[in-house]
Amino acid sequence: MTVSLVDARRPPSLTLDGVSVHYGAQVAIQGASLTVASGELMALVGPSGCGKTSLLCAINRMADEQPGCRVGGTVRLGDDDVAGLGVTALRRQVGMVFQQPNPFPLSVIDNLRFPLSEHGVPRRQRDALAERALRDVGLWDEVKDRLGQSALALSGGQQQRLCIARALVLAPRVLLLDEPCSALDPVSSRVVEDMIASLKGRYTLLMVTHNLAQARRLADTVTVCWVEGECGCVVESNTCEQVFKAPAHPITAAYCGGEVG
Amino acid sequence: MHRRDRWIAVAGVVPWLLVVVPLVMMLGALWQQGYQGLSLAFLLEDPRAAGRAGGIASLLLSTGWILAVCLAVAVPVGLGCALYLSEEVPPGSPAARRLGFVLDLLAATPSVVFGLFGYQFFAITLGLGFSILSGGLALSLMVLPLMIRSAEQALRGVPGSYRRAARALALSRWGWVRRVLLPGAASGIAVGVILSVGRALAETAVLLFTAGYVLRRPDSVFDSGRALSVHIYDLAMNVPGGTARAATTALVLMAVLIAINLLIRRALRRPVLAGVPR
Repeated sequence: MTVSLVDARRPPSLTLDGVSVHYGAQVAIQGASLTVASGELMALVGPSGCGKTSLLCAINRMADEQPGCRVGGTVRLGDDDVAGLGVTALRRQVGMVFQQPNPFPLSVIDNLRFPLSEHGVPRRQRDALAERALRDVGLWDEVKDRLGQSALALSGGQQQRLCIARALVLAPRVLLLDEPCSALDPVSSRVVEDMIASLKGRYTLLMVTHNLAQARRLADTVTVCWVEGECGCVVESNTCEQVFKAPAHPITAAYCGGEVG
Repeated sequence: MHRRDRWIAVAGVVPWLLVVVPLVMMLGALWQQGYQGLSLAFLLEDPRAAGRAGGIASLLLSTGWILAVCLAVAVPVGLGCALYLSEEVPPGSPAARRLGFVLDLLAATPSVVFGLFGYQFFAITLGLGFSILSGGLALSLMVLPLMIRSAEQALRGVPGSYRRAARALALSRWGWVRRVLLPGAASGIAVGVILSVGRALAETAVLLFTAGYVLRRPDSVFDSGRALSVHIYDLAMNVPGGTARAATTALVLMAVLIAINLLIRRALRRPVLAGVPR
């Protein structure tokens, strides 16, 4: 299987319909429905424990691999139900970046070559793809002279951008971002934020964040999750402007107004 | 510094002294008794007159072969078991408890029992006789629990965030293990190897039952051979006037142990950057 340098197709939309995630008897989130339009960035906001990360893991089916976890409902990439896709094919299309930067204990360049070699990308293409991914996240100029050095020697912000580059190097079409800036200082956070903004249009993006100002700056649409009883749920999904200026649900108004949460 | 903190600092030195002083005393006693016998000829000549004369060349050779057989079996098998435990058996699960019980039982088994079993199984049942191979295999059984436990702890210590990243990238299990997990756990695994080497080099009972104690150079792994530890025991207990030579041999054994320890530690000082083929 090869990866082309440029995927000219529009990224697919991402649709969740009545998605529930159960861990044994515990319900992390119930009946979540939302749609991220092609090339848009949706921010997923809400208090801790309302099932945001579980929802992300249901999309790329990482939740399936957790013992005792059951996922209900339907997740579609464009017209394709992800349940019908193989896990490898699905995760090639849907990249994921985590809260804590987690580069592998390899050199900077090997962090990018490694996934490519694992997915059978020919050697002659690997370095060009790696360079492109590093340029995409604005890291190339900072690391081009130390590609052979340990990725663990980079700063936190650089490590997180490297992790985003590692996800992008496999040419996904959807990117799931689980609080990508929360472990970073304000300056690094701003750099990563600007970089994420630059990805809009080329990727369909779903980003979990606790930072409402960040959601406001970056997102095209916002979905608000909440905990009712002991179970997470979606209370509102709308355009960013609508959610922050004219929320349709009282919980959204209270949460975005800083009264609760 | 608070007065209480000063006491804690002083109290921290005491355990160190309890460890270091006996070691220095032991090395000092060995040196005092055995340094006069140390020479290049002692290392290069074979023993004569039951070890009263000559050197320990054939014993170094036998010990090296026994250790090589032991590690050739114990490291891959131990690593394989540790990988299974760390990757497939959740900590605290019934399976983990059962396997842990078996490993702890094996680790606590007296070495003479391994010796008896090794003699019965390797020497008699498999027909390997008193040989380097019997000795190495019996030793490998003895050090396996140590190797498995150390490697398992090291593998479980690799951050879970690497695993999540590998799963999100749909990396193969083999790629994950080879490129991330093993390099990440290398220092802990090496500690297991060092401890195993130490235990194997120091072992006498197992080798008396399995490798034999002839003094000549072994021609192959099917030949009998005497390890340094067995030689020390024999000189000290069975050879009149052999105590000084036993101390000299013990000094060499300690030097070998320290050299192996330093070599492994030095190899690990290199940054863990497992290069991916371009």
